[in-house]
Amino acid sequence: MNSIVAYILMLLIISVIAGFAFNFTAAQKRITLYKGVDVKSERVYHSQSGYHGYLTAWLIGISGFLIFLGGLFLRPDTGGLIFNTVWIGVLILTAASITYLCNQRIRPEFRARTHVERLVIGALIVLSAIAVFTTLGIILSLLFESLRFFDKVPFTEFLFGTQWSPQMALRADQAGQSGSFGAVPIFAGTFLIMLIAMAIAGPIGLMIAVYLSEYASKRVRAYVKPAIEILAGIPTVVYGFFALLTVGPTIRNLAEGFGFSVPTQSAISAGVVMGVMIIPLISSLSDDVINSVPQNLRDGSYALGATKSETMKKVIFAGALPGIIGAFLLAISRAIGETMIVVMAAGRAANLTGNPFEAVTTVTVQIVALLTGDQEFDSPKTLAAFALGLVLFVITLILNVIALTIVRKYRERYD
Amino acid sequence: MSDKKAEPYIKFRCKDVRVHYGQNEALHGIDIEIPDNGVTAFIGPSGCGKSTFLRVFNRMNDTIEGARVSGSILMDGEDIYDKNLDPVLLRARVGMVFQKPNPFPKSIYDNVAYGPKIHGLTTSKAEMDHLVEKSLKRAGLWAEVKDRLKSPGTGLSGGQQQRLVIARAIAVSPEVILMDEPASALDPIATAKLEALIDELKERYCIVIVTHSMAQAARISDKTAFFHMGDLVEFGPTEMIFTNPGNSRTQDYITGRTG
Repeated sequence: MNSIVAYILMLLIISVIAGFAFNFTAAQKRITLYKGVDVKSERVYHSQSGYHGYLTAWLIGISGFLIFLGGLFLRPDTGGLIFNTVWIGVLILTAASITYLCNQRIRPEFRARTHVERLVIGALIVLSAIAVFTTLGIILSLLFESLRFFDKVPFTEFLFGTQWSPQMALRADQAGQSGSFGAVPIFAGTFLIMLIAMAIAGPIGLMIAVYLSEYASKRVRAYVKPAIEILAGIPTVVYGFFALLTVGPTIRNLAEGFGFSVPTQSAISAGVVMGVMIIPLISSLSDDVINSVPQNLRDGSYALGATKSETMKKVIFAGALPGIIGAFLLAISRAIGETMIVVMAAGRAANLTGNPFEAVTTVTVQIVALLTGDQEFDSPKTLAAFALGLVLFVITLILNVIALTIVRKYRERYD
Repeated sequence: MSDKKAEPYIKFRCKDVRVHYGQNEALHGIDIEIPDNGVTAFIGPSGCGKSTFLRVFNRMNDTIEGARVSGSILMDGEDIYDKNLDPVLLRARVGMVFQKPNPFPKSIYDNVAYGPKIHGLTTSKAEMDHLVEKSLKRAGLWAEVKDRLKSPGTGLSGGQQQRLVIARAIAVSPEVILMDEPASALDPIATAKLEALIDELKERYCIVIVTHSMAQAARISDKTAFFHMGDLVEFGPTEMIFTNPGNSRTQDYITGRTG
């Protein structure tokens, strides 16, 4: 009997609207009446009629929602006619009494507007608290699951071990499968791919930003900027199979031409494609930063006989550098957290290598690998995913905090 | 160069100068001769084209998309809009100070050294130190900043920033200094200092100043040009413009009836 939930919700909405309409018209009547009869008096209604209505509506909305939630929580499995009748009854009764009480309050000195504003602020606080608590909840669950993992695998082994093979014995009597959880190779792989991506996206993105903000005419800019931003709208899974099916084989064939053998899945192909994906992020953030350097600094430099490139290098970069660093850091944390491209193109072998032409694996790839398929949720193998997630989260959090601090400091300088 | 007051040397000769922003003509054919070694003031109501005209002299209008300049502007007899003339070199000879002080986000020293560095005016650190000191002294700022040359130029007060910007312009040894309402963001004390500085500088440079304050134009300039709606209405010795203007529009403006 789920239709009762829909009925209750509908009833709630109707009573909110009815409460508003009832007290709005009541207030309107009383205020007009008052204006007509008692003109001599200096006392005027504090709040306009709408606020009396809104106050009623808010109060019905909030208490009705609580009644709705409470009913959902208490509802017996079988449903039950009596329960539903009581539920609906309580809701209607509450709405009616709130309407009555608010109606009694429609008096000149009653500050309905102040109350409504307080309720609105309260609602905004609750909504933002939801976001904060969700984040907090995710962090805590990461933390506790990680702690369970570190009960089974020592913290130092996880952080400094160089062997990653998370296979556990399926049966207790199986031999030779103890599993090792040294996360160094996968973090090394993550950073290797990030470095390749940044080596591509950093210079290209920055040069695009310089061109668009300083050299391109308005017309060119109007076409090129959206075109670049299309790159940002391509789903990462598309980048992923582009890396796997196009870039990887191309690099392998090229390398074979030179007599090397490179696997199709390699750090370089994932890194290159990830770099392309990040270009718009860097270019549009840097473009914003360069544009926010005040025009009068440019004018000052040109007026001294500086060329465009001198102005760019010596004045604008000096002003925009913190913002550009911020943009790079945001791009790095995006690269580290990126999953789909590396899952498809980087491989799964946890090689500890600095050679971009080998297959490596990343933190995100390993999390996917650990959690897909049939798993027990208390084996170190699954719990390791939480530990990896936690470390990844801490790294990107630190990067984001640094980036945002830099960007904010930079903003203050011109405002 | 100049013949000591008797027959002033003419720095700029302008004939039929027109400036277009896109379809819109902002200046409708200006003829003017700007003398060397002295202060020429441009006055007029907002939007009359005086700032636009000022930016003609160092080709700053080139940096605005859609701006076109026609007519002839001769500086020492040489057409500064000639195709073979590099605006970058012109701007080294014609410095500019803007309405809002715009020191670079660099140290005081580097602000002044910026121009000389890009034009390769000095060959050694000692020479540069000397040039920076000389420029700051000439701009009347040295005594206030000599102990903190390495601190950021943006940390100075508005009046100090404006003098820093003048020092920065002087450092590349220009012949002309254009000033676009240089005192409009300054308090009266800083303005007085700036005007005293302009009075000293005019011995050495040709100064063209755009100002909204008629009192300022009367105090500091030798010649005054009155602009209105993109036309040069009247141009002559400052005394004459302010005491006995020949045109009723000038009269109305300086007595406060229009503008």
